[in-house]
Amino acid sequence: MKQFDETQLKNRMNSRVRNNRIWKFIFLLSTLFGLFVLAVLMIRVAIDGLGFLNMDFLTGRLSTNPDRAGIMGALLGTVWVMLVVIPVTLIIGVGTAIYLELYAKNGKFKSFIETNISNLAGVPSIVYGLLGLTVFVRLMDFGNVVLAGGLTLSLLVLPILIVSAQEALRAVPGHLSEASYGMGATKWQTIRRVILPAALPSILTGSILSLSRAIGETAPLTVLGIPALLIPFPEGLLDTFTALPMQIYYWTLDSSLVAEYANLAAATIIVLLALLFLLNSVAIFIRNKFQQRY
Amino acid sequence: MSIIANKMGIQLKPKTKLKESIEMTTSTQTNDIVYDTKELNLWYGQTHALKNINLEIHEKEVTAIIGPSGCGKSTYIKTLNRMVELVPGVRTTGTISYKGTNILDRTMKVENLRTKVGMVFQKPNPFPKSIYENIAYGPKIHGIRNKKLLDEIVETSLRGAYIWDELKDRLSENAFGLSGGQQQRLCIARALAIQPDVILMDEPTSALDPKSTLKIEELAQELKKDYSIIMVTHNMQQAARISDRTAFFLDGEVVEFDDTNKIFANPSDKRTEDYISGRFG
Amino acid sequence: MQRSSEVKHEAIRISEIIAQNKQKKNVSNLFEKVIPTILFLLASITILTTLGILYTLLSQAIQFFRTVPIWEFFTGTVLKPLSQNSEFGILPLINGTLISTIIAMLVAGPIGLMSAIYLSEYASEKVRRVLKPLLEILAGIPTIVYGFFAFTFVTPLIRSIFPEVGATNILSPGLVMGVMIIPMIASLSEDAMTSVPNAMREGSLAMGATKLETTIKVVIPAAFSGIIASFVLGISRAIGETMIVTIASGSSKNFTFDITESMQTMTAYIVEVAGGEAAAGTTIYYSLYAVAITLFVFTLVMNLLARYISRKFREEY
Repeated sequence: MKQFDETQLKNRMNSRVRNNRIWKFIFLLSTLFGLFVLAVLMIRVAIDGLGFLNMDFLTGRLSTNPDRAGIMGALLGTVWVMLVVIPVTLIIGVGTAIYLELYAKNGKFKSFIETNISNLAGVPSIVYGLLGLTVFVRLMDFGNVVLAGGLTLSLLVLPILIVSAQEALRAVPGHLSEASYGMGATKWQTIRRVILPAALPSILTGSILSLSRAIGETAPLTVLGIPALLIPFPEGLLDTFTALPMQIYYWTLDSSLVAEYANLAAATIIVLLALLFLLNSVAIFIRNKFQQRY
Repeated sequence: MSIIANKMGIQLKPKTKLKESIEMTTSTQTNDIVYDTKELNLWYGQTHALKNINLEIHEKEVTAIIGPSGCGKSTYIKTLNRMVELVPGVRTTGTISYKGTNILDRTMKVENLRTKVGMVFQKPNPFPKSIYENIAYGPKIHGIRNKKLLDEIVETSLRGAYIWDELKDRLSENAFGLSGGQQQRLCIARALAIQPDVILMDEPTSALDPKSTLKIEELAQELKKDYSIIMVTHNMQQAARISDRTAFFLDGEVVEFDDTNKIFANPSDKRTEDYISGRFG
Repeated sequence: MQRSSEVKHEAIRISEIIAQNKQKKNVSNLFEKVIPTILFLLASITILTTLGILYTLLSQAIQFFRTVPIWEFFTGTVLKPLSQNSEFGILPLINGTLISTIIAMLVAGPIGLMSAIYLSEYASEKVRRVLKPLLEILAGIPTIVYGFFAFTFVTPLIRSIFPEVGATNILSPGLVMGVMIIPMIASLSEDAMTSVPNAMREGSLAMGATKLETTIKVVIPAAFSGIIASFVLGISRAIGETMIVTIASGSSKNFTFDITESMQTMTAYIVEVAGGEAAAGTTIYYSLYAVAITLFVFTLVMNLLARYISRKFREEY
């Protein structure tokens, strides 16, 4: 009647359990591998860059002499570009999300727009660069200025922002708007006074995260022909500019000519990462502090 | 459209006169009809949810609507302020006249209707704002901005819902910090703030503990002096305790509609008897 | 009953004020009508963006195909845009793109999947809550930083072991790109695996299967399409990735399979030509758009494929 040999079964069980334990360890190592590379990257950047990071570097102008070069121009450029990206993406992104979630009827048109948005999210950033080059730089004849860069990056992050704003609006429970409608509020009154305030923390968190994507984006700017030369600081939307990632790009490329440029690139990376870290902390703070739990 | 708005606005007869009549009447006396439903049919897509409803709802009374889950009682009460339209694909035939105006008419502005017909929901649904802002919400959306007047409205509304004494020192606190029962009374106060004629209550106590339930019931008794109350409930004892008239819904139809005492003591339909004696549902 | 009369006194005033307000409130009526239109116009900007991309790429690419026959472009193995007898064959670029993508996926595929297994099946809630956000940092680092890392650290490291590797080569950016894609595959695969109902795991564990066996024989098959979809999205991401390869792989347009050599991807070609001095109207300028439309189609197909796969997957439970 014995179908299994007891000792054989026991031996097999032991090896199966051992296998499980070995693989668990391998899985853990895999997870840690990514973090290990992250640590190496950070340490490497810190070693290369920290020595060059000082007040003069932050406030100085660009120079071919590594000892005097500064990134004030790139910092200002990034700030100017954000001054375009923030209002443009917020207005278009939140507006589109409100339309899709609260006005558009479920049907072909809505699903067409939504499919389109998710396809746009998958378009490589460099293609947006070509769109910007063709439409903003050449067709509208802005040239490679703040406005052209800002609009290009706006279109690039718009799909991400729309999707996150849609999720934020969807998370507002229906019984809140019911209460408002029940008192004779109109649709827009309900949206403006109940739904938007309730969704605002999530919308802000999502916006900040997508903006930080725009800050680090390089490829579209290279296509627009954004320089990293000795140009005056930008003072308006129609001035030429450079940005932090562009600065990193050129210094990295030229590091094979002048070794110190690699250090300058690393120092700029520290500034860029610090900026992103700051933005992300703000986003997480807003999420934890203001998010309503229903 | 402005004709309707006029009507809606001016319909609001001086209430003092009516109050005298209340004091003279007892619950079974016939008051004026506020809602007259005729041949109402309603579909959600293909589902025929309400079938040939005929109901007259009287002023300054508590009308209870009872019936098993899915019988259409919630759908009916939400048709009375057209909140039912928030579900896509709803179709209706027949008429519901509210003080002489057919509210199912497409030209009817739902916002005007809902200003006159307040609603309290199954689950307490305060806004994630302060207690004060919750009450002031209605008056504000209807254009009242005077701070002093708003203060006054907040106080009288909270007093009207018998919750002023509990909350008067906490007006700036977030309404989410209140207990479920307090939240529900706050929602009633919020509905009172724009001074409707009718208050619809959709199972207002189903999410509450017995003690809070009792408070809401007492409140409903008080409120009927000034308001017409229509309450959906799955709790038959509740209907028997507080209502003047009761409608029994089953499968989207009104099986029986009569004085509450009559319905519970001596129902004329076998199905009503089965339901109230707990034989189904 | 003093309270009650107080209420009523207020009542009449308030409802009268509201009724009066309603009669003069035309501004808000205007709002109700205008706002949906405004929002609709804002929403249609996304459609304009798509049309803009399509129009831009197609109209300029057509100019290119007037000079260079479409057949020659897609079958040509020689790309010499700058020489006197310029030749425009896209195959070297497609080859570079595919090779860097394969290298990246050889890193990101297994490591991403194994990370997902660890996070979804083995890690305790506490460990997960620490590891996941850390892994997400990896996804949030700008690609230019990875480019710097590949060029100034990984390449020299490889060269110190294998001196024959070039200063620019496809291997190093491929590997770094792989690291960049790990979190994406890990998090999407993990989502797919955590949505496998626990009852299925319990059924297997109750028969004495180990966690490993349960994972391999039950969880992964059940989450298979979600995992595949995450791989496809990873591939799409690798194809469209620009800065890492631009910096670390150089601009040699060799048609070769030797991963120690410099190769150019489609994206890197676009950066080189657009950032260079190619004047508008020249064939080399138009070639930019012909390459871009190829890139666009590649990634679009991958994204549609991923969506198709994961939609099928959703119907299973």
